[in-house]
Amino acid sequence: MSWLSPALKPIGLIWFDHFLTSSLGKKVVMSLTGLFLIMFLMVHLIGNLQLLNADGGESFNKYTYFMTHNPLIKSISYFLYLFILIHAIQGWRLWAQNRNARGGQGYAVQVVRAVGTNGRVAARMGWLGTIIFVFLVLHMWQFWFQMKTGNVNMVLIGDVEHKDLYAPVVAAFSNLLYVIVYVVSMWIIAVHLWHGFQSAFQTLGLNHKKYTPLIRVLGKLYSILVPLGFALIPILVYGQVQGWWSVNLSLTH
Amino acid sequence: MKLTLKIWRQGGEYKKGQFVNYQLDQVSEHMSFLEMLDVLNEQLISQGKEPVAFEHDCREGICGACSMVINGHAHGPLQGTTACQLHMRFFRDGQTVTIEPFRAKSFPVIKDLVVDRSAFDRIIQAGGYVSVGTGQAQDANAIPVEKDQSSMAFDAAACIGCGACVAACPNASAMLFVSAKVSHLALLPQGKVEAKKRVLNMVRHMDLEGFGNCSNVTACEAECPKGISVDNIARMNREYLSSVFASDED
Repeated sequence: MSWLSPALKPIGLIWFDHFLTSSLGKKVVMSLTGLFLIMFLMVHLIGNLQLLNADGGESFNKYTYFMTHNPLIKSISYFLYLFILIHAIQGWRLWAQNRNARGGQGYAVQVVRAVGTNGRVAARMGWLGTIIFVFLVLHMWQFWFQMKTGNVNMVLIGDVEHKDLYAPVVAAFSNLLYVIVYVVSMWIIAVHLWHGFQSAFQTLGLNHKKYTPLIRVLGKLYSILVPLGFALIPILVYGQVQGWWSVNLSLTH
Repeated sequence: MKLTLKIWRQGGEYKKGQFVNYQLDQVSEHMSFLEMLDVLNEQLISQGKEPVAFEHDCREGICGACSMVINGHAHGPLQGTTACQLHMRFFRDGQTVTIEPFRAKSFPVIKDLVVDRSAFDRIIQAGGYVSVGTGQAQDANAIPVEKDQSSMAFDAAACIGCGACVAACPNASAMLFVSAKVSHLALLPQGKVEAKKRVLNMVRHMDLEGFGNCSNVTACEAECPKGISVDNIARMNREYLSSVFASDED
């Protein structure tokens, strides 16, 4: 029984409620929301790469304008917020249940041996996820909340007024502390994905000798390349601001 | 060889336990781990002390009774074997060996290293069987079974239900055990008949017993004395999803 049961029972979906509250169903929820967030990361990275266009932020601001005005993207974004919350809350609940299942007395000698994945990472997904959640709160407050509350300047691109999100992003990436927090968080996301990507498929039962090797390789490539792409941007911006290199970012406008 | 044994001693389920150190001076490298514990118990009995309670039966690696965690590994550090088939030649002279019971809320300690694993029996009772109409003995080859399927079913059926998967899992999850039982029956025509009902009932009962959830850590496969693969867990997930969403069972 879950808090959804009163809504599901009258429409004959009590079986679905049983599924959601079973140990396998809870993991399917983690898997599907996780896969959605994995896909979103790629879209987010493609947007962020616009920061590297040497046009004083025009293409980045156009991208943020598109993301906040396209009705399809807007409605997907509400699902995104919902899925982040479901993934986090369900994750914490599972973490608590799993600790409880071990019982009060732990082992004096703790070793995790694993097959085909990193057991130390797999056993610490709760910790890693919590760090990522803290980062997301900071990240949302710093960019999303400031933008939504109109705490940014407006710029004209063509005839249309755009919110200038480029300026606060560059300002943040010029701050060493923020760059370090950002890069470390990307490393944590990489570690989380290293296990999470292939684990999501296993949970859905998508384990097959013809496809699993490909899923594992894709998962490892994805978990390295995508966070690396995110982490490179603040490093490039910071280095440019410090005058260590010039990658033609044309940061002034 | 000489060994220092650090063994968990606990008088009963609701009593407080603690580690006690013992010295063994003449351990032969040819002894099995349980024979080494027998020697320790002889020594304790001759000193008028309470021997260490541990579970054992066949002592040839097929019953799964010898449940204990040795230096952090269920059934000891040697992979693919039970504690009774682990020999002392895998230990060094002067080594400290820590011996603990399986730790899981669903496997309460009865005494010292003995835990109550009847939760597994109750999961089996919930569906880990095939219903057979008794009558004339059938011809052995009346139902054709494809060789690869029967091999996979046999690999899953190699599970001895020892509970090492639960002991090794950071979440104390029983997924590997349940999935092995679900798989070995679902892969065979005799078991397919009740497959949809079986997986629902067994998973439901596994949850009722209070085992943890699967995080795909795969420690279960790594520590399983019979090398049961986590592929069985994926198969159980498929069986479960198809049963929930595409069958009449609820």
